[in-house]
Amino acid sequence: MIRELWAFRELVYFLAWRDVKVRYKQTVLGVLWAVIQPFFTMMLFTLLFGQLVKIPTDGIPGPIFYFSALVPWIYFSSTVTNAGMSLLANSGLLTKIYFPRIILPAAAALSNLVDFLISSVFLVGFIFYYEVPLGWNLLLWPVLVVLLILLALSLGTFFAALNVKYRDIKYALPFFIQLLLFATPIIYPASMIPERFQWLVALNPLSGLIEMFRYVVVPNRSVDWNILGISVAIIGVLFIAAVAYFKSTEKAMADLV
Amino acid sequence: MRWDKAVTRSVEIQRLSKQYRLGRTQHHQMLRERLVEMIKRPFGGMKETESIWALRDVSFDADEGEVIGIVGRNGAGKSTLLKILSRITYPTSGEVKVNGRVASLLEVGTGFHEELTGRENIYLNGSILGMRKREVEERFDAIVNFSGVTQFIDTPIKHYSSGMRLRLGFAVAAHLEPDVLIVDEVLAVGDAGFQKKCIQAMEGLRNIGRTVLFVSHNLAAVENLCSRGIWIDSGKIQMDGGAKEVIMAYMGSFAGEQVSGSDLSETQNRSGNGAIRYTRLEYLSPDGTPCSIIRSGDALVLRFHYHSEKTVRDPSFGFRLFTEMGTLITETNHLLHGIHIPKVEPGDGNVELEIDSLNLVPGRYSLSLWIAGEGTVCDGDVRASLEVEIADVYGSGKMLDSRHGLVYFPQRWKV
Repeated sequence: MIRELWAFRELVYFLAWRDVKVRYKQTVLGVLWAVIQPFFTMMLFTLLFGQLVKIPTDGIPGPIFYFSALVPWIYFSSTVTNAGMSLLANSGLLTKIYFPRIILPAAAALSNLVDFLISSVFLVGFIFYYEVPLGWNLLLWPVLVVLLILLALSLGTFFAALNVKYRDIKYALPFFIQLLLFATPIIYPASMIPERFQWLVALNPLSGLIEMFRYVVVPNRSVDWNILGISVAIIGVLFIAAVAYFKSTEKAMADLV
Repeated sequence: MRWDKAVTRSVEIQRLSKQYRLGRTQHHQMLRERLVEMIKRPFGGMKETESIWALRDVSFDADEGEVIGIVGRNGAGKSTLLKILSRITYPTSGEVKVNGRVASLLEVGTGFHEELTGRENIYLNGSILGMRKREVEERFDAIVNFSGVTQFIDTPIKHYSSGMRLRLGFAVAAHLEPDVLIVDEVLAVGDAGFQKKCIQAMEGLRNIGRTVLFVSHNLAAVENLCSRGIWIDSGKIQMDGGAKEVIMAYMGSFAGEQVSGSDLSETQNRSGNGAIRYTRLEYLSPDGTPCSIIRSGDALVLRFHYHSEKTVRDPSFGFRLFTEMGTLITETNHLLHGIHIPKVEPGDGNVELEIDSLNLVPGRYSLSLWIAGEGTVCDGDVRASLEVEIADVYGSGKMLDSRHGLVYFPQRWKV
């Protein structure tokens, strides 16, 4: 399977390239859209939750607190959605040509990475603007990105396969994502959760990841290696299970879609 | 002589069967329903669904360099066979082995995106069809030249005509250079020039010893292009042999059938006030027997059945004949013949048109029927189709196809 994916690697690239091109081709603001969404959400969150409700931000400047979590969250939610819909959206390809079907969710994950990187550049801008000193923890950032991609891809491929079989998944998916936004420490810090429920934070691999995305950009925070370890283990299991499920349904996809 | 040289098998198919469950394809299952089902009958299996065998025990081999035409009626299993060979769908049982690089062309321009330019779509489509970026780059100029859209190569294809899109899509496919090419009915679309290019491209592959499997309703093209024919009927191989013999046997199977016309009473999207409606179009031989296979050069009677709601004065009946691409070939009606019908009474009736020689080249044509009366349209835009099959019209053994135009004249050469 891996050898076959390697043979089709250019197709992943071209499909992702198509999505990126089409996404920015018709818009006046073009690539700026990648930043507008997290930026305005961050502004709203800072005003609403920071100034009005006064949710603590763990001593991090509000904009950085929200923006650093929103950038990976937006990558995650749009990748799960786009990958989850990718097989249905490309049913024309599915019924007319052979390629390993997993290429479609993979291309969705790759094309969203472009937006993710553009808004990450903006995050760096914020860090300099607020004169946050850089720490060694930043070296963990690429590892976190890989984990984030794997997690989004796991759920994306799982939903994609399920979506071909059961048509109510496409209605359940946005709801699931909305719930997850509140179940993950994005508008609040994980430290707000009472001690006896902290294990729930560790069980949601996205929580650990988002917290970590937040803390690698501020110095002098010690990395919670336990949470990172548990996240890696859960993501690994999810990824293998999702790919195995996808593979088991792959042969019937063209007949069902 | 096949046995005195080592022949490489390109395609090996062993007892191939494919079953489709009807329930599953007709409506999409909801997870909700499945869960309810599981709660209601926790130990029961899935609900029994009706199934059909699209293919049943199909076996054949194709040698390198063979060009095989696959014929059969709609729903016979031809497309399922091509889809299995292309690995799009999987057989229920049986084995398929294809040696070498396979390219399947079940559609022209698969994956084209409206917003992208011609240039961008060439790369995308090439990649989807299995070409490397480097290969597309090497052949890019050739592809653009072949497509004939050089001027518009940097224009988004949403501004292209359907013909341009088709040519661009085929240009990419024609530069694939596969070992085995699988082609489904691409000749059904496109004008004569396009079809000519398709056939030339396939001839090119045949001449360099590539294997081609080719489904078409254009029997003349099959006959001209293929060395071997396979006739599939109801999911089984009915006949496997020389292209000419297979086509003759296939065409013979249409004889003695009762269906020889089209029911027009349910036709949608028609215009007119409905005072008179066409109900049925029958194709008859001059002796009045229904003819289910219409060949080039046949004498043919078209019987138009109609139903009138009330008495309509000064009615006229007529139709226009189009190619599949919408080119008007001919129009005829009562008025052009100087015939005046005073009125039609309420109820059913019919009019007939006798054609001495249907000198159309083989292909699929469409008719647009109309009835007018009392100065207004009663029934219009009623679509019917006409399939014309090949015949040896000049008595020379050479068959006409769409490369030879739309019509031929009843004619003789003097030398």
